[in-house]
Amino acid sequence: MAEPQIRLAGIERVFHLGDSEVHALHSLSLTIMPGEYVAVMGPSGSGKSTLLNLLGLLDRPNAGSYVLEGRDVTTLNPEEQAEVRSRRIGFVFQSFHLVPRLTAYDNIALPMMLAGVSPKERDVRVNKALKDYGLEDRAGHRPEELSGGQRQRVAIARATIMEPAMILADEPTGNLDRATGDEVVHLLEELNGRGVTLIVVTHDPGIGSRSRRQLLMEDGELRRDSAI
Amino acid sequence: MRAPDLIRFASHAATGNPLRSSLLVLAVAIGVAAVVVLTALGDGARRYVLAEFSSLGSNLVIVLPGRSQTGGFNPANAITGTPRDLTINDAKALLRGASIRRVAPIAVGTSEISVPGKLREVMVAGTTSQYIEVRHLDISQGSFLPEEDWGRGAAVAVIGAKVRQEMFGQGSAVGRLIRVGDRRFRIVGVLASSGQGLGMNTDELVFVPVALAQAMFNSNTLFRILVEAKNREEIPLAKAQALEILKLRHEGEEDVTAITQDAVLATFDRLLSALTLGVAGIAAISLAVAGILVMNVMLVSVVQRTSEIGLLKALGATGSAIRLAFLVEAAMLSAAGAVMGFLLGQGGAALIRNFYPTFPAFPPDWAVAAGLITALATGILFGVLPARRAALLDPVQALAKR
Repeated sequence: MAEPQIRLAGIERVFHLGDSEVHALHSLSLTIMPGEYVAVMGPSGSGKSTLLNLLGLLDRPNAGSYVLEGRDVTTLNPEEQAEVRSRRIGFVFQSFHLVPRLTAYDNIALPMMLAGVSPKERDVRVNKALKDYGLEDRAGHRPEELSGGQRQRVAIARATIMEPAMILADEPTGNLDRATGDEVVHLLEELNGRGVTLIVVTHDPGIGSRSRRQLLMEDGELRRDSAI
Repeated sequence: MRAPDLIRFASHAATGNPLRSSLLVLAVAIGVAAVVVLTALGDGARRYVLAEFSSLGSNLVIVLPGRSQTGGFNPANAITGTPRDLTINDAKALLRGASIRRVAPIAVGTSEISVPGKLREVMVAGTTSQYIEVRHLDISQGSFLPEEDWGRGAAVAVIGAKVRQEMFGQGSAVGRLIRVGDRRFRIVGVLASSGQGLGMNTDELVFVPVALAQAMFNSNTLFRILVEAKNREEIPLAKAQALEILKLRHEGEEDVTAITQDAVLATFDRLLSALTLGVAGIAAISLAVAGILVMNVMLVSVVQRTSEIGLLKALGATGSAIRLAFLVEAAMLSAAGAVMGFLLGQGGAALIRNFYPTFPAFPPDWAVAAGLITALATGILFGVLPARRAALLDPVQALAKR
């Protein structure tokens, strides 16, 4: 059997709100293989986003271990975690999170700029991405001049430009109409088809049913895992 | 992050909010401009005063009656009580000093000068032919007082440029007769306009032979004796010799004071340099204020760009990269402000020189350098806290904020 990409064991994440403790994640264990397509579903406040942040190394668990590609990443220092985010993980957000003052081109190039990729290499890869996502004539436009679908395509192009091993998408269609949302889902699924692990947090039962594996979260616990 | 990318990113961030950035640049610019202009004024004042004093003549030792130092008890004090006056013979005796080249006694008083139809009150200075060389003055018409016995004097006078202008208008003055007090003098020369010096404006003076001035004012004392040393190095020697000679002539009592121009100059130099430094310090406060403004604006900017910072972290930016980006932005803004302030300040100083050509309002190099460096340093220093705050932001919370 192949090495799992993600192995969470006994994860606890507790937030302190005033005097009360909120268990955002409680004794969560989970294994995800490379190339899987996982939908994380559940009501608001069930811990879906917390799980995604944790998987993306934006958050640390209070207890438990997170092994990413055979490496325990909970013990890494912030700089090392940034390096992992840069090389292995792509984020797609519900509200796109494009930098408003940068053009589509520069937004897509941003992760490579942060990683110190040479301008020449960057140009080749961004132009290819613009072409792949049908954004060639939008390269010089700023986010405010783009439609919602175009913005999310820029965001996906940005998430994939470093050729990460997994894409974490938090409600990627939440701010889009039905048709555009479907388009975006297709794009993500296409990436998954090329072997990228895709983990989507969603409220949309449509996406949920399309994914090969569904996780149902409730009160910080994994209630149902379709793979088991 | 590569350096050019870092700079480009920071400049994008800076120009992304033009109002904020231009206000910040303006604040720093005003600080630097204040340093440049104020030190230009301070240093200009110093140069102005030094130039004025230098016009007195170089290698000068000024001897005046009265003592400024405390001495031991001398029986002579008990008898005389007051210091002895300086006399023409004292002045003459000074010529024996080995390091003394020229001596010019001065006796002054006020009197009335008149030509037919015009009357004016003037300062009359009695002196000798050497005076013009000791003071480095120029004659515009005729010649200065003739070389003659100091104890006697021909009834000739030399008038200042302004006196000539007022008494004779555009007409020629040399050879004309004037009445000073109750004596008649023939004008032999007119001084070129020179300006202030030694507290007397030579443009408004009438020079007559010293013996006649003493006779006119019915006294045998001198106001000052100007002594010119052979050269710059011998000024202290000349001073010592002058004091020694006069001490001998005054029965062993040192009852005169000799001041050198260098000492006066050095005092003024110190005084006005301190003034310039003080003014620079005051101006530097405005730079510190600008620095605090930099910090404030950058802190606000961190809050405004919280979600962007969260995004950058999600995209793999390290804390140090974010810190550096904010620091570079602060440094760029304060550098822009410093350059703008430098240009503004130099422009202001040039404007002052334009309106007051006699006032050398050049900012000293050290002040310009200090102003620029302080601006940059405060900008970066006060940029550290906001940059740290940005780097330490929790990415989850930063991303959640819209």
